[in-house]
Amino acid sequence: MSKSNIPQFLVHSPNDNVGVVVVEDLKAGTKMLGVITENDTTIHVTAKHDIPIGHKIALKDLKEGDTVIKYGEDVGRMTGGAKEGEHVHVHNHRTKRW
Amino acid sequence: MAKKEKSSAGSSNLSFWGWRRENGRVGVRNHVIILPLDDLSNAACEAVANNIKGTMALPHHYGRLQFGEDLDLHFRTLIGAGSNPNVAAVVVIGIEDGWTDRVVKGIAKTGKPVVGFGIEGHGDIATVAKASYKAKEFVQWASELKREECDISELWVSTKCGESDTTTGLGSCPTVGNMYDKLIPKGIYGVFGETSEITGAEHICVKRAATPEIGEKWMKTFQAYQDEVIEANKVDDLSESQPTKGNIAGGLSSIEEKALGNLEKIGRNSKFIDVLKPAEAPAQGPGLYYMDTSSAAAECVTLMAAGGYVVHTFPTGQGNIIGNPIVPVIKISANPKTLRTMPEHIDVDVTGILRREMTLDTAGDALIDMIVRTSNGRLTAAEALGHREFVMTKLYRSA
Repeated sequence: MSKSNIPQFLVHSPNDNVGVVVVEDLKAGTKMLGVITENDTTIHVTAKHDIPIGHKIALKDLKEGDTVIKYGEDVGRMTGGAKEGEHVHVHNHRTKRW
Repeated sequence: MAKKEKSSAGSSNLSFWGWRRENGRVGVRNHVIILPLDDLSNAACEAVANNIKGTMALPHHYGRLQFGEDLDLHFRTLIGAGSNPNVAAVVVIGIEDGWTDRVVKGIAKTGKPVVGFGIEGHGDIATVAKASYKAKEFVQWASELKREECDISELWVSTKCGESDTTTGLGSCPTVGNMYDKLIPKGIYGVFGETSEITGAEHICVKRAATPEIGEKWMKTFQAYQDEVIEANKVDDLSESQPTKGNIAGGLSSIEEKALGNLEKIGRNSKFIDVLKPAEAPAQGPGLYYMDTSSAAAECVTLMAAGGYVVHTFPTGQGNIIGNPIVPVIKISANPKTLRTMPEHIDVDVTGILRREMTLDTAGDALIDMIVRTSNGRLTAAEALGHREFVMTKLYRSA
């Protein structure tokens, strides 16, 4: 695979509303290539923040109280908002358990 | 040299070279261990291991004034560790003869050489002398035992991940799952656990039980952990423990997210055929098992080793460095930052999965190759670096 085909983020399921950045040093403004691993389709999202490798980005606008979907499953709720391409992490996402 | 070790997961004749023990089980290491019954006996065990080269002491922190289920677990863990087929022979040392003898008798059921010494009435120095003579005899005997070729179905492979991040759910955990999807049908024993780390994925896990009864038994185990451990003791939402600081640094932000990645380790096809107590040996034949364990790496791997598993597969994202004294722990990582910053800890590099250059099928084959090579004698990163974490699980305070 040529370098230009290497995705900057991966998504588990087509139902997910977050993706995972899989490259180091991702800068805000990067037009990112993403791959949904379940069905091997590509999507594009522009990063709105510098996002560390492994951290999540919103694939669509999420608001406080929204359920975060990853692996096609409920992985907690938004405690703040995140627009498409913004960072989703402990500052705006937390468990529904415990 | 890699030729013989090279294996294709698709081939039907995967094999490895191991030591067949007296009870028929096959080990991939040939350790002679000096096993303390209790914390007080660590010093004597370490002195014996220092005297007699090629033996290894397994110091730990407990064994006094335990009672009930906690004491049962202590004995099960010690007897299980000594009975593990990676162990050729055992010298047990305890503060007194009674409980020492209980461990000796438990291990003796395997038919392997085992002897015990109580310190009271003799002192450390005389005990170390007597135990050293026996340890020397055992290690010289063990050093002449030969490996034989064994079918892959004789292998017992455990799994537990650590310092997980989002790359473990994408890469290293599904690599283990792919390995189980290929090797469980060939007749190996597998096991997964980490009861607290199924939280958020329990609805998926329970469906992976082979029968509704086993599913019910699993759900009971899961709920007991939630009620008796988590809810009874928590003071907050377990922030910084579940997920850990390392998990959070790696991009995980909820237990549900972590649990779904964790469960990728059991692959797509296998159903678990029993729910084991901590350190309990599986008894329903080949297949995948669940063991009720903590999610702390050293505790969990110690319990699985005591259950009789001889090779451990350990996916890591941020770089958990754990090892075990008697079981080789194979580290798998998909995180390029971890491979760049601490490569000496990783045995199988599956970063290609994130670049979409490596399929899960290829990654699973690479792990199977490493399992076979490790079984044949290749030292894991953790073994080469001297990681020997042997940690007893304690259920409650001592009497």
